[in-house]
Amino acid sequence: MTEPRVRQKLVVIGNGMVGHHFLEQLAAQAEREAFDVTVFAAEPRPAYDRVHLSEYFAGRSADDLALGTLEQYREWGFDLLLNDTAVEIDRENRTVISASGVARQYDRLILATGSYPFVPPIPGGEHEKCFVYRTIEDLDAIRAAASDARVGTVVGGGLLGLEAANALKQLGLQAHVVEFAPGLMSMQLDAGGAQLLQDKIQDLGVTVHTCTATEMIEEVDGRLRMRFKGDRELLTDLIVFSAGIRPEDNLARAAGLEIGERGGIVIDDSCRTSDANIFAIGECALYDNRIFGLVAPGYAMARNTVAQLCGDSASFTGADMSTKLKLLGVQVGSIGDAHGRTEGAAAITFVDEQNGVYKRMITDAHGKKLLGAVLVGDTEDYDQLLQYHLNAIDLPEHPEQLILPAANGAAPTLGAGALPATATICSCHNVSKGQVVDAVGGGCCSLAEVKDSTRASTGCGGCAALLKNVVDEELSALGVEVNNHLCAHFPFTRQELFHILQVEEIKTFAELLAKHGSGRGCEICKPTVASILASLWNEHIHKKPHVGLQDTNDTFMANMQKNGSYSVVPRVPGGEITPDRLIVLGQVAKKYNLYTKITGGQRIDLFGARLEQLPEIWRELIDAGFETGHAYGKSLRTVKSCVGSTWCRFGVQDSVAMALEIENRYKGLRSPHKIKMAVSGCTRECAEAQSKDVGVIATEKGWNLFVCGNGGMRPRHADLFATDIDSETLIKYIDRLLMFYVRTADKLQRTSVWLENLEGGLDYLREVIIDDKLGICAELEAQMANVVGTYQCEWKTAINDPDMLKRFRQFVNSDEADEKIVFVEERSQPRPARQEEIVRIAEPA
Amino acid sequence: MNQVAITRTQWLPICQRSDLVADSGVCALVGDTFSDSAERRSVALFFIPGQETQLYAVDNWDPIAQAGVIARGIVAEVDGELTVSSPLYKHHFRLSDGVCIEDESIRLDVYPAAFDGESVCIAVDKS
Repeated sequence: MTEPRVRQKLVVIGNGMVGHHFLEQLAAQAEREAFDVTVFAAEPRPAYDRVHLSEYFAGRSADDLALGTLEQYREWGFDLLLNDTAVEIDRENRTVISASGVARQYDRLILATGSYPFVPPIPGGEHEKCFVYRTIEDLDAIRAAASDARVGTVVGGGLLGLEAANALKQLGLQAHVVEFAPGLMSMQLDAGGAQLLQDKIQDLGVTVHTCTATEMIEEVDGRLRMRFKGDRELLTDLIVFSAGIRPEDNLARAAGLEIGERGGIVIDDSCRTSDANIFAIGECALYDNRIFGLVAPGYAMARNTVAQLCGDSASFTGADMSTKLKLLGVQVGSIGDAHGRTEGAAAITFVDEQNGVYKRMITDAHGKKLLGAVLVGDTEDYDQLLQYHLNAIDLPEHPEQLILPAANGAAPTLGAGALPATATICSCHNVSKGQVVDAVGGGCCSLAEVKDSTRASTGCGGCAALLKNVVDEELSALGVEVNNHLCAHFPFTRQELFHILQVEEIKTFAELLAKHGSGRGCEICKPTVASILASLWNEHIHKKPHVGLQDTNDTFMANMQKNGSYSVVPRVPGGEITPDRLIVLGQVAKKYNLYTKITGGQRIDLFGARLEQLPEIWRELIDAGFETGHAYGKSLRTVKSCVGSTWCRFGVQDSVAMALEIENRYKGLRSPHKIKMAVSGCTRECAEAQSKDVGVIATEKGWNLFVCGNGGMRPRHADLFATDIDSETLIKYIDRLLMFYVRTADKLQRTSVWLENLEGGLDYLREVIIDDKLGICAELEAQMANVVGTYQCEWKTAINDPDMLKRFRQFVNSDEADEKIVFVEERSQPRPARQEEIVRIAEPA
Repeated sequence: MNQVAITRTQWLPICQRSDLVADSGVCALVGDTFSDSAERRSVALFFIPGQETQLYAVDNWDPIAQAGVIARGIVAEVDGELTVSSPLYKHHFRLSDGVCIEDESIRLDVYPAAFDGESVCIAVDKS
């Protein structure tokens, strides 16, 4: 035996979100080496995100929902047995036996078996068109059944039921929700909140039947008839049961572990079951006679158990069941005692029927502490109220101000300073204010660094604004000046400069510098201002006052390469090119001895052009019908596309035509950084649109719009922004989105980082772009229309302007070429000569 | 101070004022077109109108990037001094003495430059 000590055998049953989180936490511990880990998983794939299951119908694939991968488990050295349900726990021999006959011994056993959907015992409920909503397989079955269905009905109006209704809606079905109780989400909402939620959901086209008990389901002419108590009925094509969950405790029950009266594996403060070697976590566990049907408490149990295994002291003492989410597009928040059941509780309610907002806060008898709250239609106050509740902070003198709309912007905000160090900032990753403060004290000087270091705000992102407040306050407390000035010459951010230039209609750098800057400018502010001027007024970048502002690539409208030569990329919209044009590119490359390479954006890059050759090359390209490709600019690069429905047997829309429309619309738009887009003709996503700033994926009914993705150095999966929109809406949204980005982003900030830094994140972006929350959409569209309307091919203008052409002389006093630029041949093409090769060429032996 | 410079300074007309681009650089070839190539150099000329010194001439060769690209850099003020930011790796070279701000051991040759009427002249030392 070479092992320094005997490794403990750890068996985990279940690989849902909580089971996976447990393993992820364990893998992060140094002690993980001390365990031999086996995981039994009933499902055929590693853990995935069940919370966002309905996105499966909005374009997200199973891979997108995945939380863990097989590679990751291999890397961790954990043995993950998929598709192999554990069927017996032999406590005497400390062995788990699986359906396929695998037997594994354990020193410690973790039960993370989760829950199963409760299906009410209704006659006919076992019909093949009746489903539950829990796994990806369930969703696949629902999707298959939906293909020839028109109406879909969900039984159950709780949180999950409404998610399921959303999924049915995504599938294009006319959705109904049948709820036994008088109101939706009866666990989280009071009557007033539930009513408003119901009204809003009905407005969205989902029919809600409350106080409705289903007595029988029968098949009638290939459809299902639901008979309700009181002689009412409903015809539907499929039914999804989502009437709550039950803990999956059969295995534990059979093994003789203590089980609660209404199910659930009884655990103590250390998450141990009645057998000290067996732990239970997540929805299968019963603590203090409660099942915690949310993911956050399950994660807390997982962390607690990992701590126990690693010998740390920790205890689980229940969890806060507050939640904030968006159901069918409606914002809903519930905190603590939402129903005001605590003795002596008093409520303050705000209702705005005009805008569909309901807010109610529950205080103690003295109005000093916040016991709970319900928010529907507007959850902006959620974070702050939650902090008051969780940290038992004294309410202000007029607590109602916390939920009333701000008059004169004077709403009292809870400063980050008022929070105790123990206050949880990020509940996804359980990061406290103290940890954030430590990270800043330990040298993190920016929000991004704190995020990297603590993982705060990298989960759902809901705490981004609060985190920023804490970080900012800590930084200023430490005397670190939070300075986001553009550079030494302008004491403004890029966004502020944009406003100044726009409002004062300033058209030149010199004027801006004289009015609002100091000194003579630098390589940071000059190109930034040039870009803003181009976004605003769209004058040719070579117009006299702008010449000295451009980076060399913009100045010479080509991309400088390492030896001072340039590469040339003509626009090939959507990657579609005629044979004749392809031949022209070949001929030009041959004539000027250019190295050619296909780019990632479906274009052709011609390398090795000397400065003085650029105008001649472009004259030939323009004569053949090419335009500049802006490969040199901070602007739209390409719109990649697949061939779409024209050729592909899977395509559902003409992706090439859409790519052409988009590329031709936004070509020439100058922006804070480069912009890449793509259009895919079906969900197979051959154009890789989800890695682009703007990604469009065809659906049966229109287009799904993804935003703020990125490839390259820091990949980011794009976020689904809008679904099944028509072409006109698509263009409208992209217009607004791009202009909003152009206006508000920092210099050299890609859309991905821009979104991550945007307070309020994706939800806020949707409110601005789709709901026009700021009332600026008309202006954004007009601004874009101006840019589109004043487009010119910069190269075409340049080759017809003798003054501009003078700029392309290698030497102002000689027609000679730069003798320092030397090429040698490699693989039948030219490439820049290396230093030692140049010496050899210059001194022939 | 009784010091006398012994080098012979020769003022060469190299191009016209109209060849220059305000607040930016151009490149000129200095030396006889027919002379040995070792005698010839590429010089970057920067024209900053309205300043005390409005004409600068520095070597066009960027010793860090190993390419003749200095004339295509952006004129940038760093801590009150005018520099050119090389387009390839963005190092700053002071226009007045050619010293690289990021690495003072590296410098570009600089040449006195002046207008003679419409003509642009630079001074080249002949040893």
